[in-house]
Amino acid sequence: MLVWSRSGRLLIWLFFALIFGVLFLAPLAVILLSSLADQWNGVLPNGLTTEHYTDVARGAAWNSVKASFITGFLASALALVSGTWAALSLRLQGQSLKRLLGLLFFIPSAVPSVSVGLGLLVAFSHPPLLLNGTIAIVMIAHFVLISAFTFGNVSAGLARLSPDFEQVASSLGARPAYRLWHVTLPLLAPYLVAAFGLSFALSMGELGATVMVYPPGWVTLPVSIFSLTDRGDIFAGAALTMILVAATLILLLGLERITARATGS
Amino acid sequence: MSEAIALHPPASRKEPGRLWIVPPAALLALLFFYPLALIVRQAFLDDGGVANAGEIINVLHSRFFLNALMNTVTISVAATAGCLIVGLLLALILAFVPFPGSGFIARLIDTFIALPTFLVTLAFTFLYGSAGMLNSGLMEVFSLPLPPVDFLYSTWGVVLAEVTVYTPFILRPLLAAFSLVDRAQIEAASVLGARPLRIVRQIILPAAVPALIAGGSLCLLLTVNEFGIVLFIGAKGVITLPLLIYGKAIQESAYQVACIIATVNIALSLGLFGLYRFAASRLGA
Repeated sequence: MLVWSRSGRLLIWLFFALIFGVLFLAPLAVILLSSLADQWNGVLPNGLTTEHYTDVARGAAWNSVKASFITGFLASALALVSGTWAALSLRLQGQSLKRLLGLLFFIPSAVPSVSVGLGLLVAFSHPPLLLNGTIAIVMIAHFVLISAFTFGNVSAGLARLSPDFEQVASSLGARPAYRLWHVTLPLLAPYLVAAFGLSFALSMGELGATVMVYPPGWVTLPVSIFSLTDRGDIFAGAALTMILVAATLILLLGLERITARATGS
Repeated sequence: MSEAIALHPPASRKEPGRLWIVPPAALLALLFFYPLALIVRQAFLDDGGVANAGEIINVLHSRFFLNALMNTVTISVAATAGCLIVGLLLALILAFVPFPGSGFIARLIDTFIALPTFLVTLAFTFLYGSAGMLNSGLMEVFSLPLPPVDFLYSTWGVVLAEVTVYTPFILRPLLAAFSLVDRAQIEAASVLGARPLRIVRQIILPAAVPALIAGGSLCLLLTVNEFGIVLFIGAKGVITLPLLIYGKAIQESAYQVACIIATVNIALSLGLFGLYRFAASRLGA
């Protein structure tokens, strides 16, 4: 406790509530409210309706929910495999190579997403690697952008792992493959689940690279929200944003519970 | 360890385990570093594939580029400063003047990291837009003919949105650093008569400096790269480098210009990334 007087503390909490309310609570609340708004001409909506949600569920917007889920799932799964693979095999390298490669695996997270999209367009618009206009290029863009986060999460997990278990397994005669599958990976599981959840969430919200490379038939949620609001249909855009937020939160909370149960904490 | 060396011959260069790094590294090289190199190459070639380095000079001196660069730097610095101030204030209260439910609130703010950034801009349109809640309210109360609040479609609208989105990135390392501050030291200081501000200055702030530097440089990087917020605000006067790249490549199909700007943007981002890594490793945050 830094502040002892009751009035002082109340004043500080009021201040906190003000910042928190204006910066974090108000945006979420207003998106929820507008997704349910009938018409909005004054301070508050004139009436409430679930029409925007039913419109969204019936229209082309539903395809973008599917596109986002499939893209997010496949890109995160690939990023999980490659990130875990990279983090595990990096342990076998010498000190200086380890540092250099570790840095290189992080760089995709530092480059602006629009440039990642631009690079893919420049690289894969000509045969023999003609991917421009396919769904694959969207998956690749998402994979590249989230791979650094998966790699980072798994590396952090590996760094915290006590080496004792692996050493005991080796000294008892476990072969490397057996040790990896039955000792290292199960110990890493909570970090793998967390990495998968975070990269899925990031992929669902990805806009910069997607908007550069997406083909007409594969419009992800953020792109669809942008074209709705750009056309002036902001209420439908808000409804679709709420679907995106709800999906992200359910995903993160669900994975957190799985992790908590697995680690028994 | 010496026993192991005695039993086995010194590790030869052909040690099989080392090659396991090749598949993920090759994948990253093909899908990320190769396209990145092509962006730089394309910056020197016009859209017909003929070498045209003169265009680089033209673009670097052009008004639209300099404007976008200026906007990007201004927004990034202002938003980072805002994040540092707001993050520090919130973290101080959450850590040292906690209230019932403050742990939950801290986690709620943390989930903003996973949410799409344009959400905040969309919400700001409803809150502060020309037909938004704030303006309608003020117009009703003071019977004004025109909306009085008009900052959303300017640089400041983008800055405020970015402060909301990126403050959690400051809050997270700060709360971690504050959890290590010895509470007994604070209590002793306040029993001895030190005022809260002095305790913050002399005990808490020194502990927060590494987290502030690491979090601040991460914020600089992320705000330079930010795209969704600026795109959704859609103000004509607020064009940043990522938005300019999108406009040139997709709307104008001017790939060489887009690649020149992208090269500058990537160089700026990598410089800031280097700063962040340096700060984070140097300060152990």
